[in-house]
Parts: sequence; C-alpha cells; structure tokens
Amino acid sequence: MSRKVLVVAEHRAGALAESTLEAAGAGLGLGGEVTAALLAADPAGLEGPLLGRVPRLEKIIHPGLAEYNPEAFLEPLSRLIQDLSPGLVLMAHTSQGMDLAPALAGRLGLPLATGCTRVEEKEGAFLVGRPVYGGKLTEELKLGPHPTVVLTLQTGAFAPPPEGPVETRVRETVPEALSPRHLRRFVERLAAARDEVDITAADILVSVGRGIGSAENIERAQALADRLGATLACSRPVADAGWLPKSRQVGTSGQSVRPKVYLALGISGAFQHLAGIGGAQTVIAVNKDPKAPIFQEADYGLVADLFQVLDQLAEAF
Amino acid sequence: MKILVLVKNVPEAAEADLEVDSKSGTLETGDLVYSINEWDNYALEEAVRLKESRGGEVTVLTLGDEEAEDVLRRGLAMGADRAVHLLDEAFEGSDPRTVAKAVARAVQGQGFDLILAGVQSSDLAQAQTGVLLAQELDLPFATLAVGLEIREGRAEVTRELEANTLERVELPLPALVTIQSGINQPRYVSIMGIRKVRRMTVDLRDCRALGLTEEEVGPGCSFVQERRLLQPPAGQGATMLEGSLPEACRTLAGIIKDRGGL
Repeated sequence: MSRKVLVVAEHRAGALAESTLEAAGAGLGLGGEVTAALLAADPAGLEGPLLGRVPRLEKIIHPGLAEYNPEAFLEPLSRLIQDLSPGLVLMAHTSQGMDLAPALAGRLGLPLATGCTRVEEKEGAFLVGRPVYGGKLTEELKLGPHPTVVLTLQTGAFAPPPEGPVETRVRETVPEALSPRHLRRFVERLAAARDEVDITAADILVSVGRGIGSAENIERAQALADRLGATLACSRPVADAGWLPKSRQVGTSGQSVRPKVYLALGISGAFQHLAGIGGAQTVIAVNKDPKAPIFQEADYGLVADLFQVLDQLAEAF
Repeated sequence: MKILVLVKNVPEAAEADLEVDSKSGTLETGDLVYSINEWDNYALEEAVRLKESRGGEVTVLTLGDEEAEDVLRRGLAMGADRAVHLLDEAFEGSDPRTVAKAVARAVQGQGFDLILAGVQSSDLAQAQTGVLLAQELDLPFATLAVGLEIREGRAEVTRELEANTLERVELPLPALVTIQSGINQPRYVSIMGIRKVRRMTVDLRDCRALGLTEEEVGPGCSFVQERRLLQPPAGQGATMLEGSLPEACRTLAGIIKDRGGL
C-alpha cells in the first residue's frame, strides 16, 4: 500500500495508550506510511514510545488538549486529514475512539467501520473483519473505494511495531484556537470503586459469566474458589447485573489479569473479555455452547453444564 | 423535561445457536427470538427514572420492520408516554449514517432536552448511530455513560474508560448521551404490563413523511460495498476434554493442580 495512514494517538494521565502503538502496527502492517497525530497540552513523555516506530509524528499542542474532548479534537484533526489526505485513519476502539470516530466520520462524511480485528487492502477498498453477536460471528465488510476510510481497532488485535528501526520526522503545530464551540466540559477523572480483593494479584482465578444465571449461584462458584485457594472474578454481564462488584470484572473496561490458571465458567468470550486474559498462562473454559468463542482462545475446553462441573470439581479437590 | 430514547429490536444471541447461510452470508433468523437491545433497555430505564424523579415525558423511537413494534410496546409498558416507529421497506439494509439521518428528520424541532441511546447494539455492535445522530442534530454528546445526573440545565455524565477508570463530563442541554450496560437495574416488564398499553397508538412514519426519497435510504447509500457474516472455523483453539463428565472433570482438576502449582 502506497497510501498514507493517520493514527490518532490516545493518552491519559501522562501515558500513551498501548492501543495507539497497536494501531500504528496495523498501519505499518498494511505497508502504509504512518503518521501519528498526538494532540496534547504537554507532549513530554507521550511521544517517546512513538519515536523510532512511526515515520512521522504530528504534534498538535494546545492547553485545551490536556484531556480528550471530541469538540477540541475534531477541528485540528479535520484540518490534518485535509492536509494529509490519508487513505486510512486508524484509532483504537476505546472510550476515546468510540466517542471520536463516529463524530469525525459524520462530520467529514467518511466511511467508518468500528471494532475491527482484521484489515486488508483489496483493489483500493478495505476489507475488514469485526466480531459481531457477542463474538459468536465475524462480519466481513468491504468499505470504499473512498479517498479516506476511518477504522477503529479492537485493543489487543494488532501487535505494536518493533522499537527503533525508523527515524521519526516530527512536526509541531500550535493552533491559536481549537474550536468555536465549547459545550462539553471535562470535569475529572476517577478511579472506579475497589473492594479488598485484587483480581490482578491472583495465581488462580475462577471466573463466572452470564451462564451462572443468578446472584444466588455465585456462592457455589465462590465455594469452589475457596477450595482451590483461588479468587473469584467475572465477565461483564455478571457485574452489570450486580451479582459481583465491578472490581471483579475482567476485560478492557474492567481489569487485565495474568493468573497462572484462568478457569472461565459460563463465559461466552466477547472480544473485550478475551483482551483482558491475554496474559493468563493457562485458560480453561467450561461452556454448554460448543460454539462459544472462548473455546477459540482457551488452552483447554469442556462442553458441559457449569453447575455439574462445579459439583464434580468440588469432589476432585 | 422531554426525553427521547432510541431502541432497536435485535435477535437474542447470548443463549442462541446462530447459523449463517454460507451462500448469502446472512444470519438464519427463523428460530431466533427478538427482543429489545440490552443497551437500549438500560437507556429506557434511565429515561423512565428521570421522568419519575423530575417529571416530563418520554418518547421511545425505533427504525425497523413491523415486528419492531414489540420493542415500542415494551417501552410504553416500562413507562414511556409516546412511541414513534420509522417503518418503510426502503429502510432495510440502511447503515448507521442513514438511520441517524432518518431519525434526525423525525425528531428535529420536537424540543427534546435529552436524547438517550444504547452505546451499541448486541447484534452488529457498531456503536455509531447515537453519535452520528448528535452530529446530524448538532448536539453536544457523550458516550459510554455509567452515570447520569441532570442539574440546572446540564447533563453530568460519568463515562466508562479503560482499566476501571471513569471520567466525569458536563454537557449543556439539549444533549445526546449513549448509555453503557450496568448503569442501572432495568425493571421487569410483564406480559400484563404490555397488554395494558395495547390501545396506545404508535406514530408511524415512512420515508415520505420524513421528507426522504427511497434513493436517500437503504443499502445503496452505504459506503459498505459488500457484507457477509462468517462462522468462526470449528476445531481451532482449545484442546477439548472428552469422555464422561466425571472423567473430564478429573482431568480438569489435574490440569488446574499442575498449572496452578497446587
């Protein structure tokens, strides 16, 4: 691919997001000339991971860019897209990308596909794959041909580029004003409530999903966890239903975990969940649906009723 | 306060066996049960709670086929006051841009103070329609709300970020907010409740009523040239434990002991 790729960087609390490097990796993987756009109030410490990895870095510096805000980002980004005419604009499918990408695509009238896990170029168009129906199926889309296509990428789906082989040309722009309109206002960033149990520190995690069925059944999984000296964790639907606190949730919006053993009971395996267990040494999945996507990622799988497995495992320990 | 909630009728996929017609690359929908999109249900609950605490009126709106009326009835049973159904065969296969355009036509000038939508739908998970509608209507917006307060003409939104982090942002009303799952515990809707609202009218609008031609909607307006669904290849990934359940569980226990260092 000879065309340019613009990667919109994401940063928070003075650190560049790993997902930005993944997007850069995806762009380079397509053979594109990658420009990273870093919008910030103070780029110190943010640009480091990009230097040596991408051929071009556009820094847009303004006090109004300290925190992400779509109203502040849209104007300078639109200008950059007009200047650069990239064939592809990439961002992560995160709280920033999900907020910004549709607004940008809507404003500029560009094609957009979200949550992609695969991208290839075909006859001037882009062929993308994205998980749908909770990860049970893949949707394949052909977008374009169009001069500029916007994609958001699932975190963990693409590898960051290796450090160091390229010399990065850096350009810095300091716009006078960001946007004529200031409606949305950033107030503060907060840490979600934590409980005394830290699921990131556990060697063995027993983790329950929608299949656990009710708050009452949580006790049965807790009993097994206690026997194993394990910690009880969960997937999103269990925290959403209030059956376990949010601090027990594994996944991109919850926590990423790296246990020796991750025992997933009744977890179907949405992409956002799988992205949170990439660091687990051994993943064992129990699900009554043989087509559950978690079986694609697990090391060991058992198609069975999780309650029967809970009983049987309790006997084995 | 006038609140609009966007809802979508989707197949329940979490517990269903999904089959794809390999020739057409489309979902076999015959055996599937349709219901309100999970995220929209949270949005609807949030809207009804706001109405209950502050007064006002909730309108529930969908774009979909005739069966989609069920989700509107459900919305009325939950506490919405009005229902609007954008119904036209020409809408079929429309992308989020076109859906947002049609919805914008239906709600423009109606004086809504707050528009709520689910973050995404459980079927195609595009997470686009809400933000695109905000762009169409030139409204301030915030996505991924796990908290929402209305105070002195402003929406205070708590957004869910990554890694157990949240942020608080403020939007002046009118505004659009997309609602993340888990923001509340949606109330139960009984069949009796749905029966009670059967006489309430649903406001039907087709393309013409929205001032759109059939050429301005449908798949022809999409940037997507081709679309197909694929089933993940079977037999990849995990080593599957076979045999009787007690046997398989003994093997499983052995693996946990061995790998977990027990």
